[in-house]
Amino acid sequence: MTVQMESASGRTTGVPVPVPAVRLTGVTKDFGSVHAVRGVDLVLEPGEVVAFLGPNGAGKTTTIDMILGLSRPTSGSAEVFGMEPRRAIARGLVAAVMQTGGLLKDLSVRETVEYTASLFADTRPVDEVLASAGIATIADRKVAKCSGGEQQRLRFAMALLSDPALLLLDEPTTGMDVEGRRAFWGAIRRDAQLGRTVLFATHYLEEADQYADRIILVSNGRVVADGSGNEIKALAAGRTVRATLRGADTTALSTLGGVDRVEVRGDQVYVHAKDSDAVARYLLTQTDARDLEIVARGLEEAFLTLTGGPDDEGGQP
Amino acid sequence: MNHPTKPLASSRFRGDPENLSTIVPTDPTARRVPPFGGFNATVLRLELKRMLRNRRTIIFTLIFPAAMFFAFGGTSGSQARVGSGNVSAYIMVSMALYGAALTAAAGGAMVALERSLGWSRQLRLTPLNPVAYILVKALVALVMGAIAVAVVNIAGIVQGQPEMPLHAWIACALVTLVCTLTFAALGVFVGYVVPGENAMQILGPGLALMSFLGGVFIPLTAGSAVWHVAVFTPMYGVAEVARSPLTHDLPWYALVNAVAWFLVFVAGAAWRMSKDTARV
Repeated sequence: MTVQMESASGRTTGVPVPVPAVRLTGVTKDFGSVHAVRGVDLVLEPGEVVAFLGPNGAGKTTTIDMILGLSRPTSGSAEVFGMEPRRAIARGLVAAVMQTGGLLKDLSVRETVEYTASLFADTRPVDEVLASAGIATIADRKVAKCSGGEQQRLRFAMALLSDPALLLLDEPTTGMDVEGRRAFWGAIRRDAQLGRTVLFATHYLEEADQYADRIILVSNGRVVADGSGNEIKALAAGRTVRATLRGADTTALSTLGGVDRVEVRGDQVYVHAKDSDAVARYLLTQTDARDLEIVARGLEEAFLTLTGGPDDEGGQP
Repeated sequence: MNHPTKPLASSRFRGDPENLSTIVPTDPTARRVPPFGGFNATVLRLELKRMLRNRRTIIFTLIFPAAMFFAFGGTSGSQARVGSGNVSAYIMVSMALYGAALTAAAGGAMVALERSLGWSRQLRLTPLNPVAYILVKALVALVMGAIAVAVVNIAGIVQGQPEMPLHAWIACALVTLVCTLTFAALGVFVGYVVPGENAMQILGPGLALMSFLGGVFIPLTAGSAVWHVAVFTPMYGVAEVARSPLTHDLPWYALVNAVAWFLVFVAGAAWRMSKDTARV
């Protein structure tokens, strides 16, 4: 959180914007008996690049839909720049890039951008947007004849027409190669420096860690963690000590320094701890434990623990 | 094909730094809302362009009805009197109705197709007001319908056989246009039931069949076996209504038929649309 505050205050230009880019207050969303979003409170400050990280069905898309005003929260409120999402969209303040669809096949690339541009009060010139998205040379090509990558560029051109202050991206780099991905994020980060807020949904942990100032981890319709990449990583710090030990004394193990959790599966004991040395020393000297193994807990595992762990009170809908 | 190795948006900023401030989203309240809910001439132009360059639309809605008029309109007895005109005029009005109905149905089916493509969702991320969107679609349907009616009427003038007073000529054309709204609703309805581009493959032959049954292609003999079925079919009512300025004859059940089918198709379209709101 501190990181992006610095970058926000370090913005070179612009009137300070007193209102947050996004404010969700106690937002829930039900589809019949399914609770897709179970109470989300969220504030995004201008200029932040935020990753919305979570497995499929976590409620990412539902939440984004509410920020975009495509659906209404069952309870709670969603505000964009201090106004109702629809009003912010009418002012061209919000744009989104979806992964698929959203294009008419019988229009040309230029016509698609012209069509979209005509709907806003103020936009950047069509030719300029085409050129900067790298699709000026295919401007007269029908959308149906464009490759997936070209269609994605077109979607970005459309999204950036109105110079949005908030940009929402749904799995933005799917299908891009490594080089394209790096260039894409370079551009996104530069925009953020100028005050644009970016919220992107992803289920790639690595991407979230590399490119976001802040990671919001969602699972079962709730925010389960919110912080910088390092903070999220810290959640995953520590190692797991596994050993074969019959009748393990779990209470004694739990009281060892730095132990987070003790699990017993048959004659296997798993101790999740920050100080794995102490646990290993204890097990090998004080007990009959054998076949001992120490494994580092990766981000991937932390992710699973946080988003899909058995102690998740939410349970399945 | 060629994968984006270049940044997607990297060079999107104006090169000169002094211009950077203009792209910074500064004060959100300073942003303007477009007038008329986003309704504008560019959208109308592009929507019309889309319709006019669709080869299938052109063939089935503009060429086919005119060809049908030439096929049926020149037969013997076309000079016989009907109301304030002749049989040829009667056939011309019928064919114009058929063409306009097809056009409207094609336009309606496109709404559903656009929704399935995610275009409607895309539009909801712009300032375009839903009412403005419907207005654009309705205007495009009316213009296309007018073109369809005009093409058949020009075919009639070129052929030289149709004959009716000018006011009847104009009245028939205008009433025909209004009647096409029924088929715009049918198009939306069928477009939702049969997703994708297959809708027109059903609507095309379907409307042809209805036109045969409804007395658009071949005149019905009142009281005949076919007539007893025909009076309940969707084309019958509108055909009688569209021709009434010429025939000066509008049975009450034809009017009931026209209104009833209009309501049925609008209800059907509304029903399918409301079922589709889960994810716009």
